[in-house]
Amino acid sequence: MRTVFKKPRAMTKRPMHYCPGCTHGIIHRLVGEAIDSLGILEETIGVASVGCSVFAYDYFNCDMQQAAHGRAPAVATGIKRVLPQRTVFTYQGDGDLASIGMAEIVHAAARGENITVIFVNNAIYGMTSGQMAPTSLIGQKTTTSPRGRSVKDAGYPIKICELLATLEGPSYLARVSSHDPRHILQAGRAIKKAFRMQKEKRGFALVEVLSTCSVNWGLTPRGAMEWLAENMIPTYPLGVYKDVTAKEGD
Amino acid sequence: MPKGQVIIDSERCKECSLCLTVCPHDVLRISKTINANGYHPVEAALPENCTGCTLCAVICPDLVLTIKRLVPERT
Ligand SMILES: Cc1ncc(C[n+]2csc(CCOP(=O)(O)OP(=O)(O)O)c2C)c(N)n1
Repeated sequence: MRTVFKKPRAMTKRPMHYCPGCTHGIIHRLVGEAIDSLGILEETIGVASVGCSVFAYDYFNCDMQQAAHGRAPAVATGIKRVLPQRTVFTYQGDGDLASIGMAEIVHAAARGENITVIFVNNAIYGMTSGQMAPTSLIGQKTTTSPRGRSVKDAGYPIKICELLATLEGPSYLARVSSHDPRHILQAGRAIKKAFRMQKEKRGFALVEVLSTCSVNWGLTPRGAMEWLAENMIPTYPLGVYKDVTAKEGD
Repeated sequence: MPKGQVIIDSERCKECSLCLTVCPHDVLRISKTINANGYHPVEAALPENCTGCTLCAVICPDLVLTIKRLVPERT
């Protein structure tokens, strides 16, 4: 028999600290598989953010840097400009990227900075125990919106892919999901493409991965996967929001 | 002879059970044993049913599963 599935070389053996069923682990693996399949492990530098994935540097086998809350795109900009031959990616949650780090992500995208951003949207602040995020759904119950997010008090969810698609800088923007094997495989292809865009010097690429937070959503891991599919996808439609290579039939 | 084989690193398993929900052939179940972290890890209840389709490993968040598959010999 031949081994057809195993831990990517780009990931360490260290057990991950995430809660049972947390999709961060799946998305880490997809990033690892993309790095493996492009053969760029030795040249890749990852920038971990603040949030549950703050310890991502323990799980990736490449060089890693930890950035202050929301500042990963700025740190990645610095690294990429000093070491343009290296492949640089950030790994950020929605609290990190769409709240405190909104300025950094918008400007990195507007500059067309040649980096790859993995944006994990679980519609909540996971690490700090379930506060409302800018991406929380209308009506979603969180510890800071116990009666459900109300538009009157907290406005509307921020749609990062749609927002960044108005800029000229980005080369690739896609929203994918991690709730079942078919979507996970699709997500893997999008992540690989986002790394390939950087190798081809096309500029800013971001993949938004819809993900779960079963503990703070108050659901089982399986229930959280179903909740994502039923509730998040209608607010955050999946698809490619920008692709400068689309015309080339890539 | 089964077409596939699932190799389980029980100590990494957190009993999230996502793998059980996607296996098309009921190969996996939660075991009665307990690992060092206090979880009941998955085990192969019906290993002979495994086709090596990898769906369980694709959804596993914790790199618990390694999959082998019988690859038909080329003639
Ligand atoms: C400057 C600063 N402000 C606030 C915090 C508290 N804090 C830590 S993680 C976090 C939000 C993380 O949420 P998200 O980015 O969605 O990641 P998740 O934990 O859900 O994966 C916040 C507000 C902090 N660490 N530093």
